[in-house]
Amino acid sequence: MTDILTIKHLRVEGHPPGGAYVPIVKDVSLNVGKGEVLALIGESGSGKSTISLAAMGFARPGCRIAQGEVWLNGRDIMALSPRDRHALRGDEVSYVAQSAAASFNPALRIGRQVIEAPLWHGAGDASTLTADAVNLYRKLDLPNPETVGQKFPHQVSGGQLQRLMAAMAMSCGPDLMILDEPTTALDVTTQIEVLKAFKDIIRDQGTAAIYVTHDLAVVAQVADRILVLKNGEMVEAGPTDQILHDPQRDYTKTLMAAVRPAPHLVNHRDTVAARPPVVSARTLTAGYGTVTVLSDVSIDVPAASVVGVIGESGCGKSTLARVVAGLTPLRKGEIMLDGKAVAPNLADRPREALKDCQIVFQMADTALNPRHRISDILGRPLEFYQGRKGSARADRVGDLLELVDLPRSFASRYPGELSGGQKQRINLARALAADPKVILCDEVTSALDTVVAAGVIDLLKALKDRLGVAYMFISHDLSTVASFADEVVVLYAGRVVEKGPSKAVFSPPFHPYTKLLLSSVPEMQQGWLEGVANTIEAKAASAGSVVIGAKGCPFSNRCALAIAGTCETVVPPVRELSGGLQIACHLAADHLPLS
Amino acid sequence: MSDTSDIVAPRKPTFAGLRLTRTAIFAGSVLLFWLVLALFGPWIAPHGEAEIISGQTFAPIGEGGLLGTDKLGRDVLSRLIYGVRTTLLLALVTTVISFAIGVTLGFAAAILKGWFDIVVSRIVEAFMAFPSTLLALVVIGAFGTSITVLVLTVGLVLSTSVFRVSRALGYDIGVMDFVEAARARGEGTWWILTREILPNSTAPLIAEFGLRFTFSILFLSGLSFLGLGVQEPAADWGLMVQENVGGLFLGSSAALIPAACIASLTVSMNLLVDWFQQRQQGETVLEKIDQ
Ligand SMILES: Nc1ncnc2c1ncn2[C@@H]1O[C@H](COP(=O)(O)OP(=O)(O)OP(=O)(O)O)[C@@H](O)[C@H]1O
Ligand code: SF4
Ligand SMILES: [Mg+2]
Repeated sequence: MTDILTIKHLRVEGHPPGGAYVPIVKDVSLNVGKGEVLALIGESGSGKSTISLAAMGFARPGCRIAQGEVWLNGRDIMALSPRDRHALRGDEVSYVAQSAAASFNPALRIGRQVIEAPLWHGAGDASTLTADAVNLYRKLDLPNPETVGQKFPHQVSGGQLQRLMAAMAMSCGPDLMILDEPTTALDVTTQIEVLKAFKDIIRDQGTAAIYVTHDLAVVAQVADRILVLKNGEMVEAGPTDQILHDPQRDYTKTLMAAVRPAPHLVNHRDTVAARPPVVSARTLTAGYGTVTVLSDVSIDVPAASVVGVIGESGCGKSTLARVVAGLTPLRKGEIMLDGKAVAPNLADRPREALKDCQIVFQMADTALNPRHRISDILGRPLEFYQGRKGSARADRVGDLLELVDLPRSFASRYPGELSGGQKQRINLARALAADPKVILCDEVTSALDTVVAAGVIDLLKALKDRLGVAYMFISHDLSTVASFADEVVVLYAGRVVEKGPSKAVFSPPFHPYTKLLLSSVPEMQQGWLEGVANTIEAKAASAGSVVIGAKGCPFSNRCALAIAGTCETVVPPVRELSGGLQIACHLAADHLPLS
Repeated sequence: MSDTSDIVAPRKPTFAGLRLTRTAIFAGSVLLFWLVLALFGPWIAPHGEAEIISGQTFAPIGEGGLLGTDKLGRDVLSRLIYGVRTTLLLALVTTVISFAIGVTLGFAAAILKGWFDIVVSRIVEAFMAFPSTLLALVVIGAFGTSITVLVLTVGLVLSTSVFRVSRALGYDIGVMDFVEAARARGEGTWWILTREILPNSTAPLIAEFGLRFTFSILFLSGLSFLGLGVQEPAADWGLMVQENVGGLFLGSSAALIPAACIASLTVSMNLLVDWFQQRQQGETVLEKIDQ
C-alpha cells in the first residue's frame, strides 16, 4: 500500500508561559496509507491534536516541532517554505476541528466559505463547485441542502455548523483528512449519518485519514488501525480489532475498561417533581423570522434539580434556552420564574428576574469576550447585580475561581490563555456570580473531551448540592443526561415527544423517537454502524429528515411504526403512563416499543 | 501529567507579535520621513512658503532652488515641505471626521437595528450612488471654498464607507455569544457597544482608517487640482500640481515632484495597511487550527 503520510520520530516541544521548553510529543512514528483510517486515542493532553497538527507541518503558538520528519505524498513538508506548507491546506490536506464556530467567518455566507479553498486552488468555477457542495450537504444529511449555503453561520444550529465544516474540509477532495473529534459535538442520530458519510467519502476517494477521538465506540466503527498515546508517547499500535479485543499493554486495557456505560443502566432519584418549580414554561411557541421552531413546549424545572433536555441537532434545544432567558422573542405562551410570571422580552424583565436565571452557552470559545480579562468577565455581574466594587469585587472573583476549581491567579488572564475546559469553567463561574436560582446549560460539555467533560459535570453536581442551584441541562450526550438529570424532556422538531423522571424515560416503554435515539448510541463493536444502519427503524429514520412545523406527529416521516393516515395529519395525544411518564404518540401504551 | 492544555498561546494585543517585514519597514520609514517634515517644516525649509526667490520661473532642478522654482519663481522644495503639513493635516482631520460620523452611525445601526438601521442605510446608499467628486463639487460650489466646508464635505463623503464597515462589524460581533451573554445579563446598548463590540473591532477599524486616510489624500489633492481645495498662496501638493502643469511643456518637473510625493504617501500607507491586514489574518488562521 502506498503511504500518503509518514511521520518519523516526531518530537514537539512547548513552553508554558515563562517556562522552558518541555516535550509534548516524544518520538512518535506513524504512517497512513491510501484509503486508510488511523485513529489516535488517548486522554486529554496526550498529544493527539498536537500530532495531527504536526501532520500538516504546524505547531500551535508557543510550540515547535523540534525533531522528526513529516512526509506527505513523498514530499518532506518540513523542508517546504511556510507559504508552500500553507498552500497544502485545503488542497492536499484538510482539517476538521472540534469546534466549528471558530472555523467560520461570521460575516460570510456558509456556501461561499465552503467553496473558497477549491475555488482558490482552481478546482472549478463557482457554480459547479456550489453544485458539488450541495451534494456534500445532502450526503452529510443536512436539512435543506439547496439553501443551507445561503445562510450565515449563526443562523444554523451548532450540530449543523459542525457538519458544514466537514463539508468545507471535503470540498477540495484532499489526499489526507485530519479529523479532530469531528463528531464529539453531534447528537447520536446525526453522528451515525456523519460517520457513514465520512466512511463513504474515504472509500470513494481513497482519502487517507487521521481520526482523533476519545470515543472508543466511534473508533471501532471507522478506524482500520489504532495508535494509543499517553503523555505524548506511543503506548501501542495495531489493527482496530486487536487493540479493542486483545490489548497488550496495561494502559490500553484500562482505557478499554473505562468505556462509558450504556445510558439506560444508571439509577436515579425521582422525588424532585414535588418541589416548587423555579422555571415553569407553559405552551411556548417561538421561532426566527417566518420559521416556527418551538411549538407548544411546556417544561418545569423544580428547585435544586436537574432537568435534561435531549433531542437531535436543530430540534430547538438552544432555542428553548434562549426563549427562557428572554433572548429570543416568544410568540405564544408564558414563562414563570420562581412562581412569578416574567415578561417574554429581556428588556422588560426586572434585574432580579435576570439575575435568577443565567445561561451558559454551547461554545465556550465564543462566549467569553477575548479582550476582557477574567477578572472583568467575572467581576461585571458582581458589580451589575450586587454593586460590588474594588476589593470586595476582587475577593469574590477569587472565590468564584476557586468554586470552579481554578487558581485565583487566573483573574489576570485573558480567555485566549485558557484551555477549552477552563473556558467552560469560567462560563459557569460567570453564571454563578449572579447567584442564580437556575442555570440554563446549553451543551456545556459537548465541545470538551470526556475527561474534561466529566470534570465539569462533577463540578455541576457539587455546586448543585452546595448552592441549591437548579439546571436546565441541554445535551445530546445521552449517557451524561441519564446519569445527571433527575427529569428528562425529549424534544423532536420543536415539540416535546416524551418527558418524565429520567428512570422512566430511559426504560421501556419508549416513544419511537426516544428509542431511535437510544439505539443510535454507538456500541464498541466493529460493524455496529453497518448493522444499526440496516435496521428497519434506522432505514425509516434516515429516509426522512427533520421537518419543523409538521401538521401531525413531527416524527411521522421517519417513524417505522407510523399509522398511515393518522400520524401525519393528527397531532398525537399525550399519554400519561405510570411513574409520571408522558408520551406524545398515537400508539396505545401497550403498542409502544419496549426495547 | 504534562498536560498540553496548560500550554496556551499568549494573548496577542492588536499590534504585539506583528512581525516586521522589509516592505513594512520601508513603507513605515517613508511615512515617518514625511511626518517629521510636516512637524518641523518651517525650521527645515530653506525659504518661505510663498516667498519668490528667483526671477526665473520654472527653473529646472539645481538652478534657483534645490528642486527648481515654480510658475511664480517660488522654491519648489520649500513649498513641498510646507505642503506636506497641509496635506497630512487636512487628510487627518477629514478621516477623523469620517470616523466620528461613520463609526457612531454604523454601530448604532447594527445594535438598534429596525427602522433606524433602515433609514440610515438608505441615506448612505443614496449618498454612495452619487459619484463622490460630483457630490463634493456641488456642495463646495454651493457653500464656497473654505477649509471648513472642504473638510466637512470630504469627511462626510468618506464616512459612507466607514459606516458600511462599522455596521458590518457591529452585526458580526453582535451575534457572538459573549454579546448575547451581556444582553442576557441586562446590559444597556452603551455598554455593549463600548465594552463588548468596539474592543473587538480595533484591528479592522485601524485598517479602514489607513485606507480612508489614503483615499482622503487623493481626494483632497484631486479637489485642489480642480481648484476647489486649498487656495493659493498656501502650499498643498495637489494645488502645486495644478499650478505647475503648464510648466510640463517647458520641461519643468515642478508638477511632477509633488505628484510623486503624493504617490509615495499613498502607496506607503497602502502597503502598511496590507501588511497589517495580512498579519491579522495570519494570526486567525493559526488560531483556527489551534482548536
Ligand atoms: N438566528 C437564526 N436564524 C434563523 N434560523 C435559526 C437561527 N438560529 C437557529 N436557527 C434554526 O432553528 C432551528 C433550531 O436551532 P437550535 O439552535 O435551537 O437547535 P439545537 O437543538 O440547539 O441544535 P444543536 O444540538 O445542533 O445545537 C435550526 O433549524 C436552526 O437552523
Ligand atoms: S405518533 Fe405515529 S409517527 Fe408519531 S411517533 Fe407515534 S407512531 Fe410514530
Ligand atoms: Mg444548540
